[in-house]
Amino acid sequence: MIFEMSALSCAFPGCRWSVLLLVLVLLVCSALPIDASASVYPLRGTEGSNLTNVTTKKAFPVIGVNYDHVRKPFEIALWILLALLMKLGFHIIPRVSSVVPESCLLIVVGLLVGGFIKVIGEKPPVLDSQLFFLCLLPPIILDAGYFLPIRPFTDNVGTILVFAVIGTLWNAFFVGGSLYALCQIESVDLAGIGLLSCLLFGSIVSAVDPVAVLAVFEEIHINELLHILVFGESLLNDAVTVVLYNLFEEFYKVGTVTVLDVFLGVVCFFVVSLGGVLVGVIYGFLAAFTSRFTSHTRVIEPLFVFLYSYMAYLSSELFHLSGIMALIACGVVMRPYVEANISHKSYTTIKYFLKMWSSVSETLIFIFLGVSTVAGPHAWNWAFVVGTVVLCLVSRVLGVIGLTFIINKFRIVKLTKKDQFIVAYGGLRGAIAFSLGYLLSDSHPTRHLFLTAIITVIFFTVFVQGMTIRPLVELLAVKRKKESKRSINEEIHTEFLDHLLRGVEDVCGHYGHYHWKDKLSRFNKTYVKRWLIAGENFREPELIAFYRKMELKQAIMMVESGQLSSSLPSTVSMQNIEPKPIPRVSKKQEEEIRRILRSNLQNNKVSVMEGRVSHYLTVPANRESPRIGVRRVRFESGHTRSQMPSYPSTPDAVSLEAEFPKRVNQKTDIGPKVYASDNHQRELDYQSLARCLSDPGPHKEEEEDDDDDEIFMS
Amino acid sequence: MGSRASTLLREEEIEEIKKETGFSHSQITRLYSRFTSLDKGENGTLSREDFQRIPELAINPLGDRIINAFFPEGLDREDQVNFRGFMRTLAHFRPIEDNEKNKDPTASEPLNSRTNKLLFAFRLYDLDRDDKISRDELLQVLRMMVGVNISDEQLGSIADRTIQEADQNGDNSISFNEFIKVLEKVDVEQKMSIRFLH
Repeated sequence: MIFEMSALSCAFPGCRWSVLLLVLVLLVCSALPIDASASVYPLRGTEGSNLTNVTTKKAFPVIGVNYDHVRKPFEIALWILLALLMKLGFHIIPRVSSVVPESCLLIVVGLLVGGFIKVIGEKPPVLDSQLFFLCLLPPIILDAGYFLPIRPFTDNVGTILVFAVIGTLWNAFFVGGSLYALCQIESVDLAGIGLLSCLLFGSIVSAVDPVAVLAVFEEIHINELLHILVFGESLLNDAVTVVLYNLFEEFYKVGTVTVLDVFLGVVCFFVVSLGGVLVGVIYGFLAAFTSRFTSHTRVIEPLFVFLYSYMAYLSSELFHLSGIMALIACGVVMRPYVEANISHKSYTTIKYFLKMWSSVSETLIFIFLGVSTVAGPHAWNWAFVVGTVVLCLVSRVLGVIGLTFIINKFRIVKLTKKDQFIVAYGGLRGAIAFSLGYLLSDSHPTRHLFLTAIITVIFFTVFVQGMTIRPLVELLAVKRKKESKRSINEEIHTEFLDHLLRGVEDVCGHYGHYHWKDKLSRFNKTYVKRWLIAGENFREPELIAFYRKMELKQAIMMVESGQLSSSLPSTVSMQNIEPKPIPRVSKKQEEEIRRILRSNLQNNKVSVMEGRVSHYLTVPANRESPRIGVRRVRFESGHTRSQMPSYPSTPDAVSLEAEFPKRVNQKTDIGPKVYASDNHQRELDYQSLARCLSDPGPHKEEEEDDDDDEIFMS
Repeated sequence: MGSRASTLLREEEIEEIKKETGFSHSQITRLYSRFTSLDKGENGTLSREDFQRIPELAINPLGDRIINAFFPEGLDREDQVNFRGFMRTLAHFRPIEDNEKNKDPTASEPLNSRTNKLLFAFRLYDLDRDDKISRDELLQVLRMMVGVNISDEQLGSIADRTIQEADQNGDNSISFNEFIKVLEKVDVEQKMSIRFLH
């Protein structure tokens, strides 16, 4: 979710340094307003008194300073601006960003800013837990949940759950227990820390953090399986963390633990996780149902998605349930229905807003981590801190190896040693651990020590592990993600294989994976979809929906890149041309189509576009006439010309081919032949086309560059 | 098996099947009990009707083709498949094990190798066995999967697009090699494997 901005190519070399200078100046300025507030007060006070006391003529104050009025929003805006400029700055310096992950750089910036503020004499702001949990974390999680790749997730859900639940439990108890043992050693001078304290600390520091994992893994483009394993684990272990944290906090206050308490703890775990998921699912269905009726108010569609998800998060936090799981469940549940209902533009808006907010949040989190490090009161104890770091590493490695040994007995595709290494190495800790530590009440005498240790672990994992994971991945030749869009072939063959596997499972009498998936999908189709999807679209098979979206995307891309002018053509219309004369659609209808397309696509190559888009508007008049084996031109640059001359397989087609050179130059008369035979089908298609493209919006719509979409492809 | 009682499965048979397909002893016995439960005629072989009696297969769009895949060559209605043949077909869906990857390269490829799995799937598309998936064959499969609500033209354009994407030698159909290439990103080893519990 880190924007991959292309490097600014400056016209002259000095330009880079001037931007950097600007960034540094702003950095300095950002620290000042916090200071300025102190100095402005007296000024304002006297001015005010001047105005009220002096009755003699005083000139009307043309300009005045009232910082207090705008203080809070001003500072917030300035911090965010600083964060974004930093991000911008990193990508100007080319070498650095390829070696050091962005998260490290941001923490360093935070350290610098924090140090600067301290030097001035002000108190640097600390990452407030409330701010973190209520404002900064939800966008990142929603972005992750909404775009969660469902197929790899459900294929590996067993493995992910084992790592998340059992792995985190193991980590918490191992680290807590070992630290307690460490504290018992006389020379260390930490005898004051009880077992419960240590276990509490263990539970805080043991959870893998989704923000850190995302930040690092996003840049190394590792293969899908490993990505979903580590990432899924980081998301699902929230329930465990919440339960353990609350549990140990309660036990600490009470002081004693009974068996009943432990039993209740286990029950609590199930309540927290399943309850969170339930809350998310309810809100997800609500959002899907609402989106069914938004066809007349398209502008506010994205807001429903955001607000329902945020409400799901807040509602579950209200009941001490797992907010992260609620958010993920909400995003996953609502996505298929919402996407079937909303317009294309709303979909793009949602995608971009989510990416934008999560990016800003992430940046702010890391900068604040740096600042908080400088700010927070620290208590350093070599043994404890170093012990924590070492124990975290050791427990993670042992946990992964042990669990993989058990898991591999049940997996079809086993996890290799390389996979295990990456999973273990990718267990990064981050801001959630810090915030939980910060939330500890002051009744803990060792609170500062804990915070210091947590920060050290975070720094270690983010800096050391984050920086070295990329060269290690290359060294070990771990499989990388294959960067390409899902093709129609894959979609068809995957569905084909689903049916095949289900059939074979039935022959074997085996109620396996595919059986249940099919049952769920059938239930979804018969009962759920008709309530949640607007209009007639709920009958549309997924394959068709996929194909339609793909065609639309490609059409837009083609128009933008301007490739349509020369090629395209008429091969599309050629497909509709039959040897016999065909009834044409009336001029009026053709004009209407042209008008719709023109107004929506705002492109003077629309005539060509029509030819392309009309492809799925087309319903030829006579279906039983033999189709010419016409081959459509490949829509990739460079291929178009070469593909044209081949393929026609009937003599009729050959004669039509001779028409090509003539048609190529006629932009105006493309003649998309829309046949009016099947009105119902046309209506449906009109509806779908209109739905995709229509939106009240600014007149000069900039069609988003579809290349950016590539990055956001889930 | 002839007239032998169908409930007996001799040890030598089990060994032979094990060698040929790679299933374990317990898996073979379990599948044998399934085989006999399907075999209503109790003659040690399965006919097409026996398969068609399985309720879920009837609603599976590919049901007929899957049944045909069990019967080796020829669409003779009298065809019967014995346990050996049954296992041979099912062997394609056995998960690939790590130690098999290091096997002797001169030995013939095991039935559940990636290529053989893909070949099995390919044969389900390619009914006329000409080693190519033609546009019509593709259309038939699409029609079965998508149902009756979609017009022929839409399906036709999808089929055209599919062939266009996959076809590299320009013969307007998908050959086996092109099929393999298109599916190279799909994790076939996982997708085409059934967990036969030990």
